[in-house]
Formats: sequence, C-alpha cells, structure tokens
Amino acid sequence: MKHTVAVQVANESGVLARIASLFSRRGFNIESLSVGQTEDEDVSRITLVVCGSQKDLEQLEKQLNKLIVVYKVSNITNDPAVSRSMAFIKVRADYSTRSEIIQIVDVFRGEIVDVANDSVMVEVTGDEGKINAMEELLEPYGIIELVRTGKIAMTRGKK
Amino acid sequence: MSKRFTGAEIFIKSLSREGVETIFGYPGGTVLPIYDKLYDAEFEHILPHHEQGGIHAADGYARSTGRIGVVIATSGPGATNLVTGLATAYMDSVPLVAFTGQVPSHMLGTDAFQEADITGISMPITKHNYLVQKTENLARIIKEAFHIASSGRPGPVLVDIPKDIMLQEVEFVYPEQVDLRGYKPNYRGHPLQIKKAAEKINQCRRPVLYAGGGVIISEASSELRQLAEKAQIPVTTTLTGLGAFDEKNRLSLGMLGMHGSTEANMAISHADLIIAVGCRFDDRVTGKLEEFAQEADIIHIDIDPAEVGKRVAIDIPIVGDVKGILTKLNEQVSEKSSNGWGSQIQEWQEMDCRRCNSTGKNGRLSSRPIIEEIDSLTDGEAFIVTEVGQHQMWAAQFFNYNRPRQFITSGGLGTMGYGFPASLGVQVGNREAPVFLLAGDGSFQMNIQELATAAKNNLPVKIVIFNNQYLGMVRQWQEMFLDRRYSSTCLRRRSDCPPQCSEPDEGCPEMIPDFTKVAQAYGIKAEKITKPEEVRAALERALAEPGPYLLDCLIEVEENVFPMVPPGGSLYEMILEEESE
Repeated sequence: MKHTVAVQVANESGVLARIASLFSRRGFNIESLSVGQTEDEDVSRITLVVCGSQKDLEQLEKQLNKLIVVYKVSNITNDPAVSRSMAFIKVRADYSTRSEIIQIVDVFRGEIVDVANDSVMVEVTGDEGKINAMEELLEPYGIIELVRTGKIAMTRGKK
Repeated sequence: MSKRFTGAEIFIKSLSREGVETIFGYPGGTVLPIYDKLYDAEFEHILPHHEQGGIHAADGYARSTGRIGVVIATSGPGATNLVTGLATAYMDSVPLVAFTGQVPSHMLGTDAFQEADITGISMPITKHNYLVQKTENLARIIKEAFHIASSGRPGPVLVDIPKDIMLQEVEFVYPEQVDLRGYKPNYRGHPLQIKKAAEKINQCRRPVLYAGGGVIISEASSELRQLAEKAQIPVTTTLTGLGAFDEKNRLSLGMLGMHGSTEANMAISHADLIIAVGCRFDDRVTGKLEEFAQEADIIHIDIDPAEVGKRVAIDIPIVGDVKGILTKLNEQVSEKSSNGWGSQIQEWQEMDCRRCNSTGKNGRLSSRPIIEEIDSLTDGEAFIVTEVGQHQMWAAQFFNYNRPRQFITSGGLGTMGYGFPASLGVQVGNREAPVFLLAGDGSFQMNIQELATAAKNNLPVKIVIFNNQYLGMVRQWQEMFLDRRYSSTCLRRRSDCPPQCSEPDEGCPEMIPDFTKVAQAYGIKAEKITKPEEVRAALERALAEPGPYLLDCLIEVEENVFPMVPPGGSLYEMILEEESE
C-alpha cells in the first residue's frame, strides 16, 4: 500500500542524508521524495511516498520522529489534500504530428516549453494519474526523454 | 569587548560546565589544540592503548556510575576506531559523548591526511552527531550533545571538530538551557493508560514482570521491587536488566531468553499478563516470535515510542519514563498476599535448570564454581564485567545480582573486546569497589593491549579468564547444530594440524598465548589454575593483591551453556542438558 508522508525537518546540511540512511537501514522503500523550502526559513519540507503495510508505516513514522532534525511527521494519505507532481516529456514531433501533440497537451492543460525540428518538450503538472495518462497518450509518437519530480502535497483548509 | 577564547579553550570550559571529571582519550594531529589545553586542565585523563579501548572504558564508566562517558579521538583512524564502541553504546542506550578531531574546514572533502567522514559513518550508530562548522556554535553544540546523550532514551552523541575551529577565537557564552525543536522526549505516561494497566494487573491470575535495562537507566529498581512485592508478581530480567531486581528475592526468576532459566521462560510462556518494563523484546529474549507469550496480554512501558509495537503487538502501551510510571502504577494496584500461580512458579524454580553446569567432565574445572566463589568472596558486592560468549552467559546465570549497575556487559551488539576496557572504566568510576572481569580466551585478546592501561593506572581489576581454548559459544553451536564441524573455532590450532579436527586431546599444541606471561610482561601478577580445589585460594590471592591480577582458569574445553532455546525455537522448548552419548 502507498502512503504519503509530509515531514518537516531542520533546514540544515546533512538532513537528507540522515533520512536516506534511516530508510536504507530500516529497509523502507521510497517511491518518491521531494524536498523544498517552506514559509519558515529554518524548516524544509520533505514529501515522501512510501510503500508498505500499516505496521511498517507506523514504525517508519516513529523512527523518523527519533531523528533530532525531524520536527514533525504527518501521514496525510487519508487526509483531504491536494497533491501534485510535474513532468517534462520530450517527444518526437515533426510537421505532421506536431499539431496533434499540441492538442493533447492543451486538453491536459500542459505546456509546450521548447520546440525543436524533430521534437517538442512538454511540461505537465498534476496528480499521478494525470501524468500517467499524458505519458500513455504521447507514447505512440515516441518519447525521447522523460523526467518526473516527486510528489508534493498539502492538506486542505486550516492546519 | 569581552574576552575571547579559542575553540580548544571553549571545549575545556564547556566540559567543566557539564561537570565532567574523567576523560578517556587518545591524542593525534587534529586534536593537538585540545590536548595542549588538557595539559593544564584538571580533568582526570585516562590514556587507553587503542581508541576502541578508550570508548569501551568510557562506556563502562557510564554504565556503572550513571554519568556521561566522555571520549576523545583524533580524525581518520582515531575516529573510525570508535565505531564499534559507538554501536555498542547505541544498542544498549549508554550515554556517551565522543569528540573527534577533524581536518581543517578548508580541507574537508579533499581526502586530506587522516580525513574520514565520521559524521557520515556514525550516523546510524549514534543518537545524533554534529560537524562543528563555526567556533561560535561550539559551546551550544557541546551543551546539546550532553543533553541529548543523557535525556530520553540515552545514547552516544558524536561531535566532530575541525582543527581550525579549535584555534579560532570567539567570546564564550555557555547556554543555560537547551531548546531543540525536534527533540522533546515524553517522560510522563498517559494517566488513562496507567489506569488501564493497573486494572489489568488487579484482574490477572498469572502475571510476570519482564524488566530490561531501561529500569536501571531510569533508576527505577525500588519502584519495580515495590510493584512486584505489592502485587506478588514474579520478575524476570533481560541480560542488560540483571541487577534491576535482587536475584535473592523469592519473586526473582532470573534471566529469560535463549540462555534464560526454566522458571523465567516457562513463566513467560504460560503467563496471562506480561508487564514489560524498559525493554525491547529482543530476538534473544523472545525466541520464535509467533509463539512468544501466546496466552498473555502485554503491557509495555518504555520511553522510546519506536520500541512499542516494534516486534510484538502490545495491548496496553505506556510511553514515558519507567520510574514515574511505576510510581503511579504502584498507587493504583491493589495489594495481594499471593498471586494465582506461586506454587507452579516455585516448582519450576526448584528444578534448578542450571545444575548440569555444576561440574566439569572428569573432575575438570568448570565455570559455575568459579563464579559462585567470586559471589561469595565479595559478599555479592563485586562489579561483574564480561566479554561476549559462553562465559558471559555463565556470568549472567551463576552470580546473584542484587543491585543496579552491578553487571556490565555488551548485550545488544554483543561486542567481543568490550569487557576488559569497560572493566577499567568501571574501576575508574568506582575506585574502591571490587571489579571482576570475566573473560573468554577469545574475547580477552581483542583488547588485550589495555593491560598497559590497567598496569600504568594501577586499576586493580581482577581478570578471570575462562580458558577453554575455543571460541566456545561458536563451537557450541557447531557441536549442536553443525555436526561438530569445528571450523576455525579451535584456538590451539596451528598450521600443521590436520585440515579437519573435532577431537581435541592431550596431544594438541599448546594454547597461544600463555596469558600469565603476557600479564607479567605488563608487570601484572598472574597465575594459572586447572583444578576445582585451587579456585578459592587463587581468588583470595587475587583479591588480596592491591593492583590488577590475572587468573587464567583452564576449564573443561567442551562445556556448554544450558538451558538453551535453539535458534528459531520457542521459549518453552529449552534444551536443558547435554544429550548423553
């Protein structure tokens, strides 16, 4: 089962190494991870997507909480939340297919961020399903290169 | 402008502010500025003969006194030699602060001479660690390090200090308080959970208290005794919990687990309520997890939330400080004159499961009388420090521990080479007390160089070697589970021995080394005994000697530790004694 965990950590060097070391030592699998700054300059936020049972996750949360650099761990898997990740997809495109591709990108509210002779680069933001769908639709044209960010998430309303 | 101090001076001042009296340390290039200041400082400085010896000594000092152990090592190899000691302390929750020198800041990451990324290396085996980046931060970091090491669930903290940080001058301001946003241990157990636990205890019929090292760390022995006696609950302790409960008390079941007593393992297996206090359900304690304490509800009291529910599902978890929680619990449990199963417990106790170890084959010297003699000659007051292996289990079984911090051993990590340096640290922290090191012939050689430390500091540790000329515990497993194939466990073996040999006899080569001669080379008195009737007089000579003393006991070579729960077996499936041939 997949879980989304938001971790507030100290914004200082070595923090990611501590988290990564903990994950490998305790045998937890990270599916995606993204780190970034927050409204508080002393705090960074790590959004993790991890696989495992409920028991695994409980242990993971407790172990994370033991790290001195970890301020707060929230499992937001079942909370009402908005989550997004982003992808760049470089796809083969010539004069005959370019407009079809642009149409698909429009439907997904993506953007063409670069055009070359024989390819275009597409930027798409959304939840996992949307990015997967986009990838699938562009596949037949020939995907040259693809890169995805980890997921970031925030719960709705106050908190 | 107020006075400025170098980082090295700030280091000395900060340690004074923390009340440090004793430092175990080994100098080197990157800690030269600190050592220059230590030359004039008033700390007692003990020089080990290997950094590993230094950190284990600091560990023994910490475990036996309850104070924080302090160790210093230089960068690179000095720092990496601390690794085993850090891991040992981490597993057994021992408060240590380790300071390492580091190459100057501008050379970090250049593979400079004696550079090693010790904060990276020690990350998973320390409670926390620091690389000091500015001299301005040094005092705060030292304050935090001592706070983190000793609070909550204690553990080792490492502070890595680049040499230039020690030389720069800044003002000295020592923080009065520590405020760490990400570290606020919870000491107070939830009142509702405590109430539930008390109700459970009042209702149960077959309770057992299972006490671990956390009871000792939390200084909660008297609260534990009160609970046991008030509600008439028998008590078993883990290896690191030995001494938390007086073993002469009628309610004592001794140690549980792989080499635990029959009464302890049977009681756990048949209990309807287990009150686990300051312990962590280690695999050596539980045996086969699926069959552990199947009939029991479990109350688990521990300060580390991550230990609760980690291996065994818990019915009533109580997270917080053991001492405070037991105090509250004692107010709520009702007094009983007996529990539901006293006679059954007594029956198990009377089996004296360890009897099979009482004599060696063919009248040879065996382990039990040696340990019992130490117990009786010191009125049960000695500190017992062990290495790791068979002798460690015998030490756990045959000495009646009666006070916390009396038994010092590497439990979680099982570090051979821990005991001897640790015993020196115990003696440094308890100058007048009798300290015995019980060692194996294998383990003792892993930090044998510390004989110099014992001799030069006149630390009167009594070294008793259980010399069976084998790596005995490994040999026992080979004998029992691997068809007596004694692969690399015979310490008498020489290059011209037959490639395979499981039948030691009189014609085998001499054991190397002769421990008495090694001791004598360090100016330490030593003798060798081979017969049961020599034990008492030899121990008396050892105790009468004002300095250290080494007693090499040539014991039965193939003596085994029983009872034994075979690996992967259930606690109630103990092997009680040698199968007769």
